[in-house]
Amino acid sequence: MSTLTPTRNGVFSSLRKLHINNFRLYLGIFIVLTVIAMVMMAPYLTKFDPIEQDLMNTLQGRSAKHFLGTDNLGRDIWSRLLYGGRADLFLASAAVLAPFIIGTILGAICGYFSGWVDTLVMRIADVVVAFPFYVLVISLVFILGNGVSSIFIAISLVSWVAYARIVRGETMIVRSKEFIEAAQTGGISNRKIITRHIFPNVITQAVVYAMSDIILNIGVIVTLSYFGLGIIPPTPDWGRMISEGQQFLAGGYYSLTILPAIAVIITSLGLSFIGDGLAQLLRVKR
Amino acid sequence: MTTANILEVKDLQIVARIAGHDYIAIDNISFSVAQGRARGLVGESGSGKSLTLRAIMGLLPSNVRVTSGSIKFHGKELLADKGKYRKEILGTGISMVFQEPSVALNPVMKIGKQITDSLVQHSDLNRQQARERAIDLMNQVGIRDPHKRVDDYPFQLSGGMKQRIMIAAAIACGPELILCDEPTTALDVTIQAQIIDLFKNLRKDLNVSLLYVTHDIGVVAELCDSISVMYSGRIIEQADDINKVFSNPNHAYTKALLGAIPRIDGPIQRLKGLENTAPSLTQRSQELAPPMKEIEPGWEIAQFDFADLNQLQRATSHE
Repeated sequence: MSTLTPTRNGVFSSLRKLHINNFRLYLGIFIVLTVIAMVMMAPYLTKFDPIEQDLMNTLQGRSAKHFLGTDNLGRDIWSRLLYGGRADLFLASAAVLAPFIIGTILGAICGYFSGWVDTLVMRIADVVVAFPFYVLVISLVFILGNGVSSIFIAISLVSWVAYARIVRGETMIVRSKEFIEAAQTGGISNRKIITRHIFPNVITQAVVYAMSDIILNIGVIVTLSYFGLGIIPPTPDWGRMISEGQQFLAGGYYSLTILPAIAVIITSLGLSFIGDGLAQLLRVKR
Repeated sequence: MTTANILEVKDLQIVARIAGHDYIAIDNISFSVAQGRARGLVGESGSGKSLTLRAIMGLLPSNVRVTSGSIKFHGKELLADKGKYRKEILGTGISMVFQEPSVALNPVMKIGKQITDSLVQHSDLNRQQARERAIDLMNQVGIRDPHKRVDDYPFQLSGGMKQRIMIAAAIACGPELILCDEPTTALDVTIQAQIIDLFKNLRKDLNVSLLYVTHDIGVVAELCDSISVMYSGRIIEQADDINKVFSNPNHAYTKALLGAIPRIDGPIQRLKGLENTAPSLTQRSQELAPPMKEIEPGWEIAQFDFADLNQLQRATSHE
């Protein structure tokens, strides 16, 4: 070995560095995957139907039969948590996808072409941003009526703006790069320049934002359900569990409220770890 | 000249809008590139040579526009119909090699894909055929082990290799004319020589015409057969035969430029620098443009005639 070059531990050192640098990413992935796995395997993890009432055994504490006790209608809390997570997580992820796609495409088009398209879309975005997020979503759901599809539509109508703005800014940076000009001199169509040259360079920021957007969506869905505007009962859902459990707090039955709250917190924490870790991993070195 | 002109620029005027004022950046320049020949466009920084290339390619910044003149490719106007015809021939008829290969390649796209990007756009090659074509092209521009290299990303290549990739991409669709925007300026001298050799070979093998922009008059001497010297947004001397200009420059500026390059023949002497810098865009005189005079067929210089001298005096007395 040459004495002039410092010795390195090769693969091991770089692996360790990766682990330390992205500890949050791995922790986040672990948490989220665990939550998703538990929610997916709900039928195997509990033998109780989350909506089946057992009025003889209401408000019970922890027991061998009911892992986390029962609620005011005698429903098993553990199985309600699992099945409730199904509804919340599915809707939250689905409601990220549509605004992600819409916002990214619109943002790239605005940033690439500028001109009147840009002005038009960005003014619409300004209008959307002018209202507080929750106020807008809640009033939209109020207008559209309860239920999964109206939550999905309401969130999509509001949160595409963030993606559009992020991607637009990034696109304007990339657009001024010479390789875009080089592609133009090759006679490549604008559509192909956007999909093949712009997207791969700008999508990172949108992906990182999407992680925190899922958290935001979970918050919105839980909040809406809390207000009775969300997922229609009897489908179990964390927000409704919190709001229904509230009235029994005074009687000392904390688990009805706190357990779904903890579920929300753990899931959000996991997603935000992933977001942070991804931001670090995918950061474009400029 | 018996061969037809592949590119003909006539009375091209380009105006830049800076802080609300219009300034003439390119003032009535005319030149042409003959089929299979190479024209060097030389001049110092800011003389408008890159802007001219960009005008041909339709890559002008938003505050710069062509106000008059024509750019014809094979006799068809490129500026007409919002550049509709230009869109058809970009890549297949004209292509371009940029100055800085490290920013002219997409950092997140495999080089093989970038080489055939425009080819795939203009033909119906499938993925496998495009890949093989990319390997062929990489062979042609002198990249070793193209089979292994085809899936590399730009950051894995050296500057010279990147420029070879750019050239491979430029010749992918078999264009008749390649515009070169100082393609060797960002490279060191040995690589520069290799790239110039590559251009020479391509000219021979593909019979491609070049419009070569550079401030290095030595490169032009080696590669081109005609020359246009630009100064302050105007062409001040041009000849279809480059040797005439080199052996007997007529314009004072051309003389000064040639005096500024070291020669290995002839007596040893101090190199002369240029006396003054060119006026900046906002300070240029817009009225005092000496007209182009043909001093012999295929050789023009910008010069006031004695008949024009009165006019000149009148113009200066106004100031």
